[in-house]
Amino acid sequence: MKDLKKLIRYNKLWNYLFMIIGLLATMLGLILLCALMVDLAVDGAPRLSYKFLTSFPSRFPEEAGILSAWVGSFLLLLVTALAAIPLGIAAGIYLEEYGKKNWLTDIIEINIVNLAGVPSIVYGLLALGLFVYFLKFGESILTGGLTLALLILPMVIMATREAIRAIPNLIREASYALGATKWQTVQWHIIPYSTGGILTGIIIGLSRAIGETAPIITVGALTFIAFLPTSPISMDFPFVSFKWLMDPFTIMPIQMFNWVSRPQKEFQLNAAAAGIILMVMTLLMNGLAIYIRYRFRKKIKW
Amino acid sequence: MNHSQKRKIKEGAIETILFLCALFSVFITLGIVFILSYESFGFFKEVSLKEFFTGTQWTPLFAEPKFGILPLIMGTLLTTGIALSVALPLGLLVAVYLSEFAPHKMREIIKPVLELLAAVPTVVYGYFALLFLTPILQRFIPDLSGFNALSPGIIMGIMIIPYVSSVSEDAMIAVPMHIREGSYAMGATKFQTAFKVIIPSAFSGIAAAFIIGISRAIGETMVVAIAAGGMPNLTANPLEPVQTLTAYIVQVSLGDAPHGTVEYKTIFAAGITLFFMTLGFNILGFWLRKRIREVY
Repeated sequence: MKDLKKLIRYNKLWNYLFMIIGLLATMLGLILLCALMVDLAVDGAPRLSYKFLTSFPSRFPEEAGILSAWVGSFLLLLVTALAAIPLGIAAGIYLEEYGKKNWLTDIIEINIVNLAGVPSIVYGLLALGLFVYFLKFGESILTGGLTLALLILPMVIMATREAIRAIPNLIREASYALGATKWQTVQWHIIPYSTGGILTGIIIGLSRAIGETAPIITVGALTFIAFLPTSPISMDFPFVSFKWLMDPFTIMPIQMFNWVSRPQKEFQLNAAAAGIILMVMTLLMNGLAIYIRYRFRKKIKW
Repeated sequence: MNHSQKRKIKEGAIETILFLCALFSVFITLGIVFILSYESFGFFKEVSLKEFFTGTQWTPLFAEPKFGILPLIMGTLLTTGIALSVALPLGLLVAVYLSEFAPHKMREIIKPVLELLAAVPTVVYGYFALLFLTPILQRFIPDLSGFNALSPGIIMGIMIIPYVSSVSEDAMIAVPMHIREGSYAMGATKFQTAFKVIIPSAFSGIAAAFIIGISRAIGETMVVAIAAGGMPNLTANPLEPVQTLTAYIVQVSLGDAPHGTVEYKTIFAAGITLFFMTLGFNILGFWLRKRIREVY
């Protein structure tokens, strides 16, 4: 009897010990995340100013800014979104609603899972061979944007599929029963009901695209750009110009990488300041994605 | 043409367009395989496979170039190994804690926050490894050089915790409740149930999670490019600077290697090595995950 009580006490002790260890392990990641943000904030916050946002990079650290970098990031993201979103949603809809169970669909599915696991720098090499040299887009905003679009395409497809899968079959059957065709069902029911999930996936994909550095270095983005791309709006007819698509560019993470790799302390402080802005953008986008997911989950009850 | 015919044509056209969009993803893979093989084929015309896989020096940019990929593979394996020794135990602990111990409400809050760890831009992690962790580690290990494999390895490990923990947790939650209840009914504690019943039952899922983690670590670029140094170094010593396959590609890309030269082709040779390393792990992981779905 005494032994049994001892055994129980011993087992319970281990149980409590593990609860503490598990909690600590879970918190460790969060603590590090906080340390990272505090470290960035301490180093970089003094450099943050309106001038930092509106100056070009410079040889003098205290005059350098990120104007060309954030404009480049923004334009790149625009191209990425325009290319990846329609393609990804269309592919997701096909696989969930139209795809028949055959070998071709199987191959497409396995392929998408595999693409999601391909290192980002390999996409950079693909883009270097395909966009820069084969299609002759050069080291342009178009090339960079399309590279990131390829990279986040699997994420958009998977998010779309997951969102569509959550819609119960009775919705489809009700629509067919009223005489709707497949596309009408998709257009009026499937797409509207899965908007929340799809939007969440898109935002998370774009937030990943904004921080991606390696593939864009590989396609040959420059690290020192002291001018802006051609303005998309002009005074002369036809008022809209797409010349900016072919302009050379730099982006936020590359600017930060360039500053980190310099030995001078002053440049590293600039890197921290650029890092703060990158982090804030990523966190805002992820926060928005979580909020949207939460809102839609609350709103729709099947 | 009557209404019904028009409708049929429209439906068919839409289906074809959607199908082509889905098929496009296959062309991305084909494109990757084609471009990588095409450019490395040119490389292997000038460098023998034997030299590539058995040479111990990688100095393609020197006047007398040597093309042994081993130092880059070793650098990749070293940083990956360090990252995994951080990420696998911690990821598993987090997964067990969240799936078996944490209250539901806490899990709902912690999961998305943990996932932020994977969302932080990798260049920020590189900054953190080089300018925050390395100086701290140097206080404890005086021999540690300014660029080393240890610090980026640890940071990479932290970065991939969410990949490991979320897939393992999904596998553990998928273990049916009656199996847990059976264990509790025999008088087992939560701790005993977690380690003797749940982990073995969810084994293939956990293995898949580990493999996703490995594949992430092998392909990670910016952290090692910033904090591990740029010297190909055939060493297993984590205190020394090393260069990985990915960091080499970045280094050459920054230096603007002219199209068609051997230096230009080396990045594709390094790339195809990287691609096949991760492809092997991805297929293994896919197969393992497919297996968990079939068990219950």
